[in-house]
Amino acid sequence: MNERAPDLVIRNLRAKVEDLDREILKGVNLEVRKGEIHAIMGPNGSGKSTLANVLMGNPFYVITGGEVLYKGRDLLEMSPDERAREGLFIAFQYPVAIPGVNFASFLRTALSARRGYQNELIPVAEFQKILREKLDLLKLDPSIVTRYVNEGFSGGEKKRAEILQMAVLEPEMAILDETDSGLDIDAVKVVAENVNQLFDKAAGNLGIVLITHYSRILQYIRPHQVHVMLDGRIVISGGPELAEELEQTGYEGLQAQFAEVAAATPGDQPVRRAGKVFWVAH
Amino acid sequence: MATANPLGIDLDQYQWGFRMPENYVFKSRKGLSREVVEEISYLKGEPDWMRAFRLHSLEVFLKKPLPTWGPDLSVIDFEDIYYYIKPTDRQARSWDELPQEIRDTYERLGIPEAERKFLAGVGAQYESEVVYHSLKEEWEKLGVIFVDTDTAVKQYPDLVREYFGTVVPPEDNKFAALNSAVWSGGSFIYVPEGVKVEIPLQAYFRINAENVGQFERTLIIVEPGAYVHYVEGCTAPIYTTDSLHSAVVEIIVKEGARCRYTTIQNWSKNVYNLVTKRAVAYRDATMEWVDGNLGSKITMKYPSVYLVEPGAKAEILSVAFAGAGQHQDPGGKVIHAAPYTQSSIVSKSISKDGGRAGYRGLVKVYKGARGSKCAVRCDALILDDRSRSDTYPTMEIDEEDVQITHEATVSKVSDEQLFYLMSRGIQEDEAMNMIVRGFIEPIAKELPLEYAVELNRLIALEMEGSVG
Repeated sequence: MNERAPDLVIRNLRAKVEDLDREILKGVNLEVRKGEIHAIMGPNGSGKSTLANVLMGNPFYVITGGEVLYKGRDLLEMSPDERAREGLFIAFQYPVAIPGVNFASFLRTALSARRGYQNELIPVAEFQKILREKLDLLKLDPSIVTRYVNEGFSGGEKKRAEILQMAVLEPEMAILDETDSGLDIDAVKVVAENVNQLFDKAAGNLGIVLITHYSRILQYIRPHQVHVMLDGRIVISGGPELAEELEQTGYEGLQAQFAEVAAATPGDQPVRRAGKVFWVAH
Repeated sequence: MATANPLGIDLDQYQWGFRMPENYVFKSRKGLSREVVEEISYLKGEPDWMRAFRLHSLEVFLKKPLPTWGPDLSVIDFEDIYYYIKPTDRQARSWDELPQEIRDTYERLGIPEAERKFLAGVGAQYESEVVYHSLKEEWEKLGVIFVDTDTAVKQYPDLVREYFGTVVPPEDNKFAALNSAVWSGGSFIYVPEGVKVEIPLQAYFRINAENVGQFERTLIIVEPGAYVHYVEGCTAPIYTTDSLHSAVVEIIVKEGARCRYTTIQNWSKNVYNLVTKRAVAYRDATMEWVDGNLGSKITMKYPSVYLVEPGAKAEILSVAFAGAGQHQDPGGKVIHAAPYTQSSIVSKSISKDGGRAGYRGLVKVYKGARGSKCAVRCDALILDDRSRSDTYPTMEIDEEDVQITHEATVSKVSDEQLFYLMSRGIQEDEAMNMIVRGFIEPIAKELPLEYAVELNRLIALEMEGSVG
């Protein structure tokens, strides 16, 4: 769909939790360009959140194989803060509270870092202007930035606060980890609208990896590609219609389809069938 | 990012390891004796009652044993300390009258700057005596007195004599007795009935000679319905031998009055900081202690409030930071001696690099203090495996009709919080700083802005190199 080289390339990525032997990611492959929205769908425990956290550099996980290139650089060699300063962003599924740390002052420090300021902060007036603009854009109650980071936030406030951070930091590649989970349908709609606004405003300078369990958010955010993740691997990729198919057949139906294709395919290779790609690996 | 502060105030010029050459008018002998105490009193031109008070206190001091609980104080050599140094012969009234050397020191401490901004009065102690004092005229008109305590003894002898030593008598503890014998400087504040002093009164203290003990004595009287906020900030230069700071603060808060006393102390890492601070609160009066302890080798300080009449309230906030070789033993003490009295103690301690910090507290509720309420909360943050935190909360409750709560937490900086901040581009050392600043925020937010910034800045410096 795009002739440019992908900005994020994940090749055969494997990872596990430090103290456990069992791998959670068992060879993930994915390519994302700026200006694209990719949805990764999968049942609980398939490794979606692990993938998001590994990409951001969460030290809880150990890489056991594969590579990730981001803007041509070895992402796995970079510290989490370096990744963020290079434009990678994750909206966490469960954002942690930082008691006593004022949200606005945290955002100002983060934006200053993102802009490459050394030992100084973006001027207050300039920052406030940006913050006000983003709060307006997302139609957020400004009182949220006067509170401590995520402390005492409702589920919806946490998710929207993550999107506010994304709006302020203007990443080039954003991973949204179950940003729709735990929200009622109205809240999903609002968050989805926010994401669409940021994507449109970025005018091709933002790639999004949207991790979700349910297809309902995809009624509001139209992905360019949909990937189905099962047991630590992306097994089937397709267009937006794959999400609709998933809605009909469930993960079990797709798993059965994949098993059928895999059984008929000798060796490891992508198999194109009915507008989908089956990533066969034995 | 480690030195950036989100409030945007430039503190890069802030230094405190400096020290000026010694140039004193008078320097007493080392060691403590009847003669030394008499000489101090003579040089100050004190009335007989104060001389008698000093000599009596000396006897109490000599008889009293060192405290056997808490940090080890047995290494203090009382014979190896100067008990009095007089920096200039007379009080300076305006900035220009001060000797250049002393002015330089204060300029580096930022006092003129601070004064230009919003200081109303400055009482600064250079060595053992207050040399500079100014007070806004409007308050003088209102009858507010803010002078060093030596001056108060001369100018307001009746007021001083009525209250001096009534809240903290020499018999209270060994170091209170020592201070009572050799005290010098400190602040005397008198706020007449109904007068509300809206801008904090501030004083800066500083030790600046080797082996100089600093024994300031502060007395604050807040008449009915009045209000005052006193702020004391301490920074100290670095010395090679041990130094003793043993102050006494006495506060009387009368009916319906309110007093807040804020301290940020950053003594150099060899100072023994052994301070007795106590207030008496009468009917419906409020006493608030806000106490930050960063420096020193050992700090033992338990700001106390005696709630002696119904409706009196006490609030004690303390934060302590202990690094390598430091033992911070702060806390608080509240005595509920009347019905419907309320108190709250919040203590936050941080330890790293083998430091010890904690909380030692006493809540005493006398029989008959019915309907009283007390809440104690102490939180400890331990930054590495070598450091420790101790909590000694003592509760003596002799009345049944009371509400007492106590909460204590001990935590480490969580990897999850660090990762969250780093995932937003913030470097690990700054992320660690932010979490620590957040931990003490409930207390920092109670400080005047400049002090909050200074506290954060000092903690950031203490935190340097904590990320390996």
